[in-house]
Amino acid sequence: MNLASLNINIYSLLPLLMVVGLALFVLVLDFFIPRGGKRALGYVSALGLVCILPFVPMFIETVPSYAGFVIADTYSAFFNVVFLVSSAFAIFISIDYLRRLGSESGEYYYIMLFATAGMMIMASANDLIGLYVGLELMSMSFYILVALRPGKGAEGALKYFVLGAMSSGILLYGISFAYGFSGTTNVNEMAAIVYRLPDNNTYLYLALALIGAGFAFKIAAFPFHVWSPDAYEGAPTPVTALLSVGSKAAAFAVFLRVFAVALPAFHGQWSDMLWVISAATMIFGSVVAIPQKNIIRMLAYSSIAHAGVILMGIVVNSSAGASAVLYYSLVYAFMNVGAFTVAALASRGDGGEQLTDLRGLASRRPWLAFFMALFMVSLAGIPPTAGFMAKFFVLASAVHAGYYWLAVIAVISTAIALFFYARVIFYMYMRDYEGAELPERSLFTCVTYGVVLILTAVGTLALGVYPSAILDIAVRAVGPLFTI
Amino acid sequence: MPTITHYLALSLILFTIGLAGVLIRRNIIIVLMSLELIFNSVNISLAAFSYFLQSINGVVFVIFSITVAAAEVAIGLALLVTVYRTRRAVNVDELNEMKG
Repeated sequence: MNLASLNINIYSLLPLLMVVGLALFVLVLDFFIPRGGKRALGYVSALGLVCILPFVPMFIETVPSYAGFVIADTYSAFFNVVFLVSSAFAIFISIDYLRRLGSESGEYYYIMLFATAGMMIMASANDLIGLYVGLELMSMSFYILVALRPGKGAEGALKYFVLGAMSSGILLYGISFAYGFSGTTNVNEMAAIVYRLPDNNTYLYLALALIGAGFAFKIAAFPFHVWSPDAYEGAPTPVTALLSVGSKAAAFAVFLRVFAVALPAFHGQWSDMLWVISAATMIFGSVVAIPQKNIIRMLAYSSIAHAGVILMGIVVNSSAGASAVLYYSLVYAFMNVGAFTVAALASRGDGGEQLTDLRGLASRRPWLAFFMALFMVSLAGIPPTAGFMAKFFVLASAVHAGYYWLAVIAVISTAIALFFYARVIFYMYMRDYEGAELPERSLFTCVTYGVVLILTAVGTLALGVYPSAILDIAVRAVGPLFTI
Repeated sequence: MPTITHYLALSLILFTIGLAGVLIRRNIIIVLMSLELIFNSVNISLAAFSYFLQSINGVVFVIFSITVAAAEVAIGLALLVTVYRTRRAVNVDELNEMKG
């Protein structure tokens, strides 16, 4: 193998290298900034990510580089945009959140950036080794970030760590069997080899089951969801926002890459398994969210239900289904980050974010209540918001491919979910305000949160009213995945 | 002469012990040790495949996997120390502040 056949191409990695460079820059800068001024690092990180964003669509290489390790196609570029946008939002709301929590620190910001870098490695990995390393970089960053909330953070982080590490082990065991039956870790080479294999290969079944279980852990699908409510509740709320949006989108990116590109020959086997997981996740998430009293826990179960719906797009294994997954990931980034931003802002004191805190919010903070209502309507999937369009595209692809029962289950779970989303709106608008007055926010706080809320709200509405532009990009992005 | 089946059987036994340890044992230090066992069982399986398939990827993967596992256990112990400082508990059962 000579050097030219390795196809070393620095441009395919440039956006990722920029994020890593930014993280290292913030790390070094942290030493020179006194304890009281750590918020400057937050501005550097968030603005740095915004500056990197335009570079992502500029460097698209459809040919795998670095001996097939990296592929910087439009598919990974789409996900990179989702990661950078959600990460920039999350860092931006962290600045004020950490100040109120009294735990401003430099490491928070650069670990956040390393988590983003891990997600980007996952999205552009074309080899199971790179995929695993990216996944671990992301997971380990999140284990630390979850622990950074004083009090219950460490407990949530330890639970997340034990189950997350176990799921990584299960995934790795599955990858070892995939390597065992194909003799390669490269996704494209594996796709070419598995066509020639017989259907009844034991290694293959083990690989499908174990890799599926490992990824299902990362997207918090039933019955592998146990870690998510505790980790979400324990984590600082901006970290929860990134955890529920970014890490999930990254897991879906590799889910789709491994199952649709490397193992499409065995669609019949893995689609049955994912069908059951998807249906169970949708119903479970919607039903268990109803009795929750903590708004973060409620959003955690709602996030589980959404993962079930997105999983439908992978079960379908068509261009329409995959592009719906991409579209859903972007929409979910806007509406969920927005919902968590309001939750972070509306909490009173340090007793956590109780649903009752929202009682009568509309009379005291009409704009905040309006934004929350918008995000709830979108999460519930009511037109003209983006949540409706995203659900519509996933359901349409499922019906088109003949998965009628799965579509019916999705509609039923959406109807159940409407109850707890509507309850939030009911609390805000129909109940009287009681308890202590909300503390006055400084102008600085209003501006930072206002920018994030307006941008997420605009994204939620624009993608719902005019979805075709982004959907076109998503369809073109998944094109290369279904050419073989 | 051991065949690949022997190595895979060893790997499966270690993996099962590790998984059972994570799920059944209540002491978090034992849980961390069981996690190490899971990672090492996978390393055996990868190295065995690599040797019998005459392919270098598996061994490369093992090197990555050992590095990642080392970082992982460092974070696990750090979290354990943090929890112990505030809660004075090393048992999984005592970590029950959050429920629902």
